[in-house]
Amino acid sequence: MTTLNPSSSETISATEEHGHADHRMFGVATFLVADAMTFAGFFAAYLTFHAVNPLQPDAVYELELPLPILNTVLLLVSSATFHKAGQNLRKGASKACRQWLMVTALLGLAFLVSQMVEYFTLPFGLTDNLFASTFYALTGFHGLHVTLGALMILIVWWQCRTPAGRVTADNQFPLEAVELYWHFVDGIWVVLFLILYLL
Amino acid sequence: MTVSLTPQSDQPGSPLQPTGWLRYFSFSVDHKVIGLQYLVCGFLFYLVGGALAGAIRTELLSPISDFMPRDVYNQVLTLHGTVMIFLWIVPVVNGAFGNYLIPFYVGARDMAFPRLNAVAFWLIPPAGLLLISSYFITGAAQSGWTAYPPLSITTPASGQIIWILSVLLLGASSIFGGVNFIATVLKLRRPGLKLMQLPMYCWAMLGTSILVVLSTPVLAGTLILLSFDIVAHTGFFNPGLGGNVVVYQHLFWFYSHPAVYIMVLPAFGLVSEILPVHCRKPLFGYATMVYSIMAIVILGLVVWAHHMFTSGTPPWMRLFFTIATAFIAVPTGIKFFNWLATLWGGRISLNSAVLFSCGFIINFVLGGITGVALAQVPFDVHVHDTYFVVAHFHYIVYGGTVFVIFASIYHWYPKVTGRMLNEPLGRLHFLLTFIGFNLCFAPQHWLGLNGMPRRVAEYDPQFAFINQISSAGALLMAISTLPFLWNVIASAFRGEIAGDNPWQALTPEWLTSSPPPVENWKGEAPLVEEPYGYGIPLDQIDLKAASGSDLWSSGK
Repeated sequence: MTTLNPSSSETISATEEHGHADHRMFGVATFLVADAMTFAGFFAAYLTFHAVNPLQPDAVYELELPLPILNTVLLLVSSATFHKAGQNLRKGASKACRQWLMVTALLGLAFLVSQMVEYFTLPFGLTDNLFASTFYALTGFHGLHVTLGALMILIVWWQCRTPAGRVTADNQFPLEAVELYWHFVDGIWVVLFLILYLL
Repeated sequence: MTVSLTPQSDQPGSPLQPTGWLRYFSFSVDHKVIGLQYLVCGFLFYLVGGALAGAIRTELLSPISDFMPRDVYNQVLTLHGTVMIFLWIVPVVNGAFGNYLIPFYVGARDMAFPRLNAVAFWLIPPAGLLLISSYFITGAAQSGWTAYPPLSITTPASGQIIWILSVLLLGASSIFGGVNFIATVLKLRRPGLKLMQLPMYCWAMLGTSILVVLSTPVLAGTLILLSFDIVAHTGFFNPGLGGNVVVYQHLFWFYSHPAVYIMVLPAFGLVSEILPVHCRKPLFGYATMVYSIMAIVILGLVVWAHHMFTSGTPPWMRLFFTIATAFIAVPTGIKFFNWLATLWGGRISLNSAVLFSCGFIINFVLGGITGVALAQVPFDVHVHDTYFVVAHFHYIVYGGTVFVIFASIYHWYPKVTGRMLNEPLGRLHFLLTFIGFNLCFAPQHWLGLNGMPRRVAEYDPQFAFINQISSAGALLMAISTLPFLWNVIASAFRGEIAGDNPWQALTPEWLTSSPPPVENWKGEAPLVEEPYGYGIPLDQIDLKAASGSDLWSSGK
């Protein structure tokens, strides 16, 4: 009974060591689990405050619904347009891919502008009360994610240009990674919208 | 280490990496270099944290605050806890040994994400220097490593903010490392190697990394909210502004209880590697070991509020967390008995590595027993925030993890440097550490049971004698570092040549040259299906069969 068996094994192939796209997507997904836990911590804090720290009678904390609903629609549509961009890249249609990417980035920027408008029209500021603070912390942290996402989309858009760009049908990883991230940020927004605005 | 001559690797891109000593100060992507960077960097911070501990024990020689002012004592205490946890134990027991060993164990040439790996390491030195520099610039944080508000909001803000920044950087490093370990263990295994054939340390690191990825981000989010409270005067954790301090405690312990397992699970794995080799017996109960690690991971996430029994927790919560904590003793006990059964009837060579491992088993079971005791609400309410907790905690992290770190250094030093450590010096090191450690921390159980509060520079004069005994133990621990330091430095140059496999071990890192070549094996990676197959006579084990070629011995 020997424990070592070196001869019967096949050599580790070159793709195992160098072109490990699936490992990279796995890594991105694992990192997003970690990122989701940051939001989970914030949500848990908000819900606990909600349950045990009632709003003081004189505190101002009113949220309007129309703008956040518009924001939700913007992000959900942007997820769909990003998906279209990915489909086009897989077909090798770089030009269409770039157009859809630009639409996605613009939708993301529109979300940020709309969020800014909401911030400036709200009747409360960051330090007014506990819920105001939590509202700005949560939406701000999400907005930071959207900002980073929009920047990454623009980078991928730039790298999709033909023929000099590095993101092609043969190298989809950058686009796929950002796409997964973008869907994740949209998903977080839906949860955030439900908890912060509707609960 | 001893070898400065590195043949140029034939891998493209490798010539860009510095060779020789310089690569230990470079942005190297070699997992072995990064592992050693973690280890040496962590050990330097251990010396800093040890000096801080020495300052604490010197202050506590007398009941009055005479060695340093009270606020300086608080800063020293905070720095000691933070340095030891975030800059010594977590990076070394995860980053150092994980990076060095995991690619060998899964049969890979490197980690899944080598550059992310280097980024994770290079976040640590600046974060550590930032933390320590805060003492000299503005005064360090004073609220302990827990940074409980309102204490952390009312003590000087600058030190606290630097502390938060530093811990956020270290948390990011930890998360990057965790992502890397999960991907390496799950995705980078050599073809033909099944999960249940992996050495136990892989399982320990997989469990640890799951905890890191799930819990560290919660701490990061919490500290961001805390920094808002300090800088922008929001009121998340400030009762004066309508906030809630208990929410901070919940979020903090959601990370910091799993953090105990992040510190001790890898140690479990390392001991499970060391004992079978030196006892010449298979690891007892492989499958139960794996299941207990995963049980500890799951249970470890739902026991956090046992740190908060005096924070006005409702009765149902006390009941739930007491029961959950009692349950976690079951998988831990399984592992404990598995190690004993591995030792039982083995041909034990009682060298330094085994001595430190056995020291770990003894200390850890003592710390585990006091841990179960602390989880019982009536007892915890009595000793909460006393020296009993300090004693329990140090029995787990020093008597447990740090003993294993030393055992691992004695075990793997021949592989890393190609030379043996001096055995009599190693035994002296063990003897001094074991006696010093128990002399320092065993009396603190008594202090806590009799009501001496922790984290305070002054105490009731009736405790003076026991505190002096404890300080004498601390002095012995400090002295014990000297033979160790002399040993590792002198042996690197003058130690006996170890050969590729001095312990006749079967795990893959021993089936290559010492030190290993850049790509771990010159030929293909060996497929080790039975990493603990020591149940046969020595002459029937074919150790040479899978050895990689020795790239290095030509330079000696």
